[in-house]
Amino acid sequence: MEPVEVKKLQVELDAFANRDVYLHLETTNGSYATHFNEGFFNAGAFIRNVVINYELGKVVGDSPHRVGLKLPHGWVYAQGITHYELDEQGRLLLAGHDGSGKLAVALQISETPFSY
Amino acid sequence: MAIEKEQHVLVVFPHPDDEAFGVSGTMSTHVDRGTPVTYACLTLGEMGRNLGNPPFATRESLPEIRKKELQASADAIGLTDLRMLGLRDKTVEFEDDEKMVRLMSALIDEVKPSLIITFYPNYAVHPDHEATARAVVRAVRRMKDRPKLHCVAFANNTLDELGKPDIIHDISEMRDRKMASMKAHISQTAWMLEEMEKRLAEGDTETENWLTRERFYNYRWDEDFEDSF
Repeated sequence: MEPVEVKKLQVELDAFANRDVYLHLETTNGSYATHFNEGFFNAGAFIRNVVINYELGKVVGDSPHRVGLKLPHGWVYAQGITHYELDEQGRLLLAGHDGSGKLAVALQISETPFSY
Repeated sequence: MAIEKEQHVLVVFPHPDDEAFGVSGTMSTHVDRGTPVTYACLTLGEMGRNLGNPPFATRESLPEIRKKELQASADAIGLTDLRMLGLRDKTVEFEDDEKMVRLMSALIDEVKPSLIITFYPNYAVHPDHEATARAVVRAVRRMKDRPKLHCVAFANNTLDELGKPDIIHDISEMRDRKMASMKAHISQTAWMLEEMEKRLAEGDTETENWLTRERFYNYRWDEDFEDSF
């Protein structure tokens, strides 16, 4: 993965617009957050291999960036995106890694389903 | 205390590296005695958060990395029967509960262990640990002749509620192999091991103790975690 360059990532987001794509979206604090800090309210969400078709995708802001996808009847967005990669299978992988190297958010789109 | 001789040991945990911290020394001891040891690892830790900054892996490339690390850990332990059960990290508790029990029962029927090691239900912190522990306890509860069931517990309330562990294995002789097992999972353990080695260099006895002792609780059937399932 490499740090997000807005112009380059925007080109990749445009390339996946207006076609059916598989979505992976997750936010996480890790399963041990409350173990190490008992007052911590641990929340997160995960969705994988749901098909969407977005008409407009945008990356905005300084790092960590926000990325939003406008759908015919709704929205997908993620904040905290720091890195991206178009992997060898042509999948667009976006992630937000904190200073200690832990993933906090991931937004991925692919023309073919992600593994299980 | 001395580690009792077993016919066959079955270890069931959900994540690559669970075995390294809790039981690798015990497993190595059994392996060296010629006791068959089976490790069933339910997931590949697909949702691990340590991906580096700068990143060394992605959400999609991590499982393959962790699979190799798991195999390397098994090699360090001397384990030859490693099963990867193909579930997905962080989803174990959402699987059908009866399906999970049957998965465990099938494994137990095949392996016929004299000792099973897993987590202690309600004292295992991670939802996957809890779901694994529940499935194993339920499967064993249904058996007529129950094998021994040793459980790893590390929730913050463990000492208050369960008291001190009733089984403490001295694994000093296996210290290097335990370390090698933990190091095999380097993608997820690098930061932790760095901290640990710093403390060891400072002569921290608690850390040294943690490396040379493995602690378990006999599952308390008279205080079963649920009345029925």
